[in-house]
Amino acid sequence: MTQSAQATTAGALPLLDGTPGVIADWSSDQRAFKRTPWGKAMMWIFLLSDTFIFSCFLIAYGTVRMSTTIPWPNPSEVFALTIGGTHVPLLLIAIMTFVLITSSGTMALAVNYGYRKNKMVTFWLLLATALLGAAFVGMQAFEWTKLIVDEGVRPWGNPMGAPQFGAIFFMVTGFHGTHVSIGVLFLGIMAVKVLRGNMDTGKPGFMTGRKQDYNMVEIMGLYWHFVDLVWVFIFAVFYLW
Amino acid sequence: MSSNEGQQHPLGIYFQIWILLFALSAASYMVDYMQFQGYLRWFLIISFMMLKAGLIVAVFMHMLWERLALVYAIIVPPLLLLVFVGIGTLEGDYTFLTREIFFAGAE
Repeated sequence: MTQSAQATTAGALPLLDGTPGVIADWSSDQRAFKRTPWGKAMMWIFLLSDTFIFSCFLIAYGTVRMSTTIPWPNPSEVFALTIGGTHVPLLLIAIMTFVLITSSGTMALAVNYGYRKNKMVTFWLLLATALLGAAFVGMQAFEWTKLIVDEGVRPWGNPMGAPQFGAIFFMVTGFHGTHVSIGVLFLGIMAVKVLRGNMDTGKPGFMTGRKQDYNMVEIMGLYWHFVDLVWVFIFAVFYLW
Repeated sequence: MSSNEGQQHPLGIYFQIWILLFALSAASYMVDYMQFQGYLRWFLIISFMMLKAGLIVAVFMHMLWERLALVYAIIVPPLLLLVFVGIGTLEGDYTFLTREIFFAGAE
C-alpha cells in the first residue's frame, strides 16, 4: 500500500535531466534515487563501500611494495606455468581473467533475459555464471596450493624476495576469492528462485517478505560484475606490475 | 510498477562489450608476454585497466542509463581515492628513502 503510494508520488512531477535533475532529485524531500528500485540503490551503496575496502588493500600493497629494499618477486615468473615443456608466463592468471570476463558476459545476458521474462534461459545463464565462478575459485585454490606447497610462500616470508609478498598476496586474492565464493552461492540461490518462478508470481521473499521480481537478477548482476571489476584492478596492479 | 521497470537493451551491445573486454584483457596479457618495461608498461597497463573498468561499469552495470543523481553518488566518492593513492606513494617513497639510508649504514 505504502509502496504503491510512493510510486505514484514519484511519477506526479516530471523528472528533469542533467544537472538540474541531480539537484531536483537530491533536494526533492522524498527519495533521491528515482526510477531505481531500493534494492538496486542499496546494492550500489554497498559496492561503493566495498570499493573503499579493496582500495585500502591495494593502496597498502602499493605502499609496501614501494618501501621495501628487498627486490619484489617477479609475478610474471612466480605465476608461470610449464605446459608440455614450454614455459608460459602468467598463463593461469590469464585463463582466470578470461573465465571471469566470460562469467560477466553470461550474467549480463541473464539480466537481459530476466527482463524479457524468459525463465528458462535466465536460469541456465545464471547456472553457467555460477559454474564459471566456481571454476575461477577452483583455479585460485590450485594457485594457492602451488604457491604454498611447491614454492614455500608464507604470509611472513618466501624464498623469492620481499617477505611482504605472501602477506599481500594471500590477503588480496583471499578477500577477492571470498567475494567470488559468496557470489557463486547467491547465484545458485537466485537460479533456483528463477526456476521456481518466484519472479513471475511475485512470491514474497523468504527473508524480506517483499514481492520478488526480475530486478533481483539485475541486483545480483551488479554484485557479480563488481567482483569482475575488482579482478581487473588486481590483475593490473598485482600481477602485471 | 512503472517506477520499477527494468532496463531493456538489445543483446548486441553486450556481445560487443564482451568482445572488447576479451581484446583488452588479451592486450594487457601481451604487455607482460612481450616484456614491455618502464613507462610504456605503466601507460599500457593503466590504460587497459581503466578502459575495462569503464566498460564494465557503464554497460554491464547499466550506469550509462541510470539517472545522474545515482551516477554522481557512486562515481564521485571513489575519486577521493586518488588523494589516498598520492599519500600512499609519498609515504612509500619516504619509507624507502629512510630504509636506504639507515639499513645501508647498519651493514
